[in-house]
Amino acid sequence: MHDTRYEAPRSIEEAVIMLSSGSVDDVRVLAGGTDLLVQMTSGGRSPSLIINLKHIPELTRIRFDDSGALYLGAAANAFTIGQNERIRQQFPGLHEAVGLIGSDQIQGRASVGGNLCNASPAADTIPSLLTSKAVCHIAGPGGATRTLPVSEFILGPGRNALQAGELLVELELPAPAAHSADAYQRLIPRSEMDIAVVGVSVRVTVDNTGTCTDASVALGAVAPTPILVPEAAAALVGTRLEPADLERAAAAASAACRPLDDKRGTAEYRRRVAGVLTKRVAAEAAERARGR
Amino acid sequence: MTQPRSFRYVGTRPIRQDGAEKVTGRANFGADLSFPGMLWGRVLRSPHAHAKVVSIDTSAASEIPGVKAIVTSADLPEQRPGGDPTDMYDLTRNILAREKVLYEGHPIAAVAATSREIADRAVAAIQVEYELLEPVLDLDRAIAPDAPILHAELRCAGSDPKPEGPTNVASRILIERGDVERAFADADVVIEREFTTPTVHQGYIEPFACVARTTEDGQSTLWCCTQGPFTVRSLCAALLRIETSKIKVIPSEIGGGFGGKTTVYQEPLALLLSRKSGRAVKMVMTRQEVFRATGPASASRIRVKLGAKRDGTLTAAEASLAYEAGAFKGSPVVAGAMAMFAMYDLPSVRIEGFDVVTNKPKVNAYRAPGAPMATFASESVVDELAASLEMDPIEFRLKNAVRQGSVAVYGPKLKAVGLVECLEALRDSEHYRTPLSENQGRGIACGFWFNGNMQSSAQIHVNEDGTATVVSGCPDIGGSRASLALMAAEELGIPVEQIRPIVADTETIGYNDGTGGSRVTYATGTAVIEAARDIVLQLRQRAAAFWDTQLENVGYEDGKAIPLGDAAENQQPLPLSTLARRAARMGGPIVGRSTWTARGNGPSFAAHLVDVEVDPETGRVEVLRYTAAQDAGKAIHPSYVEGQYQGGAVQGIGWALNEAYFYDAEGHLQNASFLDYRMPVASDLPMIDTIVVEVPNPNHPYGVRGVGETSIVPPLAAVANAVQAATGIRFVDLPMSPPAVLAAIDRTRG
Repeated sequence: MHDTRYEAPRSIEEAVIMLSSGSVDDVRVLAGGTDLLVQMTSGGRSPSLIINLKHIPELTRIRFDDSGALYLGAAANAFTIGQNERIRQQFPGLHEAVGLIGSDQIQGRASVGGNLCNASPAADTIPSLLTSKAVCHIAGPGGATRTLPVSEFILGPGRNALQAGELLVELELPAPAAHSADAYQRLIPRSEMDIAVVGVSVRVTVDNTGTCTDASVALGAVAPTPILVPEAAAALVGTRLEPADLERAAAAASAACRPLDDKRGTAEYRRRVAGVLTKRVAAEAAERARGR
Repeated sequence: MTQPRSFRYVGTRPIRQDGAEKVTGRANFGADLSFPGMLWGRVLRSPHAHAKVVSIDTSAASEIPGVKAIVTSADLPEQRPGGDPTDMYDLTRNILAREKVLYEGHPIAAVAATSREIADRAVAAIQVEYELLEPVLDLDRAIAPDAPILHAELRCAGSDPKPEGPTNVASRILIERGDVERAFADADVVIEREFTTPTVHQGYIEPFACVARTTEDGQSTLWCCTQGPFTVRSLCAALLRIETSKIKVIPSEIGGGFGGKTTVYQEPLALLLSRKSGRAVKMVMTRQEVFRATGPASASRIRVKLGAKRDGTLTAAEASLAYEAGAFKGSPVVAGAMAMFAMYDLPSVRIEGFDVVTNKPKVNAYRAPGAPMATFASESVVDELAASLEMDPIEFRLKNAVRQGSVAVYGPKLKAVGLVECLEALRDSEHYRTPLSENQGRGIACGFWFNGNMQSSAQIHVNEDGTATVVSGCPDIGGSRASLALMAAEELGIPVEQIRPIVADTETIGYNDGTGGSRVTYATGTAVIEAARDIVLQLRQRAAAFWDTQLENVGYEDGKAIPLGDAAENQQPLPLSTLARRAARMGGPIVGRSTWTARGNGPSFAAHLVDVEVDPETGRVEVLRYTAAQDAGKAIHPSYVEGQYQGGAVQGIGWALNEAYFYDAEGHLQNASFLDYRMPVASDLPMIDTIVVEVPNPNHPYGVRGVGETSIVPPLAAVANAVQAATGIRFVDLPMSPPAVLAAIDRTRG
């Protein structure tokens, strides 16, 4: 008989010691469980140790520092994030992405850290983390810590940069510039309870004249990992974000896709819709930025 | 039979008797029962869609500690081919594969062990040697001259000339009426189109689950979720070749069936394992097993040709239907062929149908089996015909709609039917007049279902205090207990709250065919009414004896025996409760009973109206507004009638827009989960508005027609017609998923 042990450590140190007791596949963390438990019941995983992170204060904490940077505990649940007015104000796109995860019940458990570590190509929050230049704070054995940009944290479908014994503690999102805003949209055939066929996050910064001074575009579900598309961002910078400018960004986004043909959508369809959503999301982000 | 002038209880909306149990989570469904010392049964399933089974070696599995029994097809007796309605030769091969595996998920062996994990390990330890064969995954491949043959012994029934070689076409049917050639020659407009629909699943929320227990004397009890406990009993008895009296089936509450739970899969395996091990054996399918190995609905290809005069009169229809049966013959192609034009007065018709086997799970009934896909085809062409004649789609349909006295395409002369009333209700609705915006479209379609009859029996026991128990044998999948209680209340004249309706096991009530064919409120309902009238007669007899008068001097009203004629002068009415309390002294326990083979379940017609908006850049279709009008004959409990209209509409919307089995080239199902098998979720849908039309069925005491199935027939075409109106594009292939719609928009734009 295969037994699975469950632990609920109270500190990062305790958790790291437990994590170091076995291989990455054999020891799994439970930051919410909305992916892990499904993987276990569908026969995909049978870890011998599950470590619940919800009782470690740093892991569920949500705070802003004096510079306005957001520190998001890796296991903070989606519902709590959704209720946070400052996150909604400062990171409206991330707020939208978090709000799209699962159902109300799932929201009570699911976490952004878990969504990131699960490293699904279609993860809803990762494009927003990418356009917000989020940085991972990682704890390791012996009190070691290191930081890694989200863009380097994701290695492939289901693969992240954590080594055995390492724990994602929190995500740092730098304070957005003035007159900057993000937005996120995804295409799903249904209206909820579905996996993105394409997901797009755009962040733009505008000056007093309405000209775009900075932009970032990230796509989900169109490549082995969520990707930043600098060509699409470049198409926006220096423009007044007129429809023709958005079309150029859309074309760049479509061109950057390396999608799969599968049950969730054809490659051709994903490429097309990545462009359509880039245009729409950039327009939404621009409108928000101008209003600030 | 006579129509009561007015109703006291029928037509009201009392709280359903099973409601509190269900909303508090206390109701017992298939997987809720457990016994101490119970074993878990698990099934070894084929990883291949088509292969010869060369050998099965269970020796390693049987040595795993905790394994108590293993069964293979060697444990099931061989059956004779050709049975009707169930071919037991095929059924036993579907329960456990013999010579070949015919679909991914086809059961090969079953294990009972002391835990589910051990059973799973034992299943994995069974060695099967396969000889792989090319899988046949669609109709084109199945009928190709060089197609791999699924069943060497299969010959096409009904083909002319008589077939010689083996084939994947199990049968051909033909419906012919009038001079079709000439009728098409008489038409001013003729439109012909070919349509396809994919394999879809009923998507009931509760996976198959059962517990079987056998005692030392060979008596087996089977608890299971099923639409037909008596069907389960008779099929299991035949499969195991044991006497019917050796099996008692106790139906649990059921978490959806929609036709899917009208046959057996793991129930005979649980019985076999319990008989072999002497222990109780529980089996619960995973969602993946449900998708891969229980009967979905047929994929189809349908060609339709329709002709009409310039004034809108339909002259002729021709159709050819090919339905996938899955691994064994028996698709609902005949029903589809008979239903697809049943809405219209059509003098000349020629419909050909083909039942085709493929390497997919054997199909099973799904709500109006066969009709939704065929009606998708016919109602799409009807719409196009109306448009080409520049006629309003409702007026065009009204002009051709069947009425009382019309001879239906499928044979009979119709009694009173409500199609015209449904169409008029939509035509006169506020919905039909509401303006639409850009990228929006409105569609309408009609639908028909025969409705089933079959055998029902019912008993009513009057309790000592004058309350009553209504006992039937048809599992309640759509609120039937509430409806049966209302009908009993109406006849007995006591409040519905004083009536407890129950679904009994196979030893407690006489034989009942299953819950299906929209038959229960009609057929079992009639039995309940007759059982209640049996009680009323007994109460009148008791009162007559008590008053020392003739039976004709005793009436019955509002729950009381009423003195009439001479008796009226010196006697007071005797309430049912008094007669019940005095039962011991007045003739003993009061039991009413009725049993019959139903004959007159009148057809139910519907017309659905839907508004959609199509995103021209993503191809996503949003359903904005929906109105379903349908003839209920008489709505006993209007809430559950409306619920049937809404549920059928929603399932049809799913079929139209996103649901489809997605196979890889080897025949492995790629989307065996609710995440990727995209049924609609609540937030996808607007409120489904309903219009309950009541044109009484002359064959029911209150005018009831079955309502459960017709509602899934119109939506496929209604949605397609609305998408056509929004985009100008006629979609002939389902589902109209975002990629398919966008690709079509791109093609039209060039």
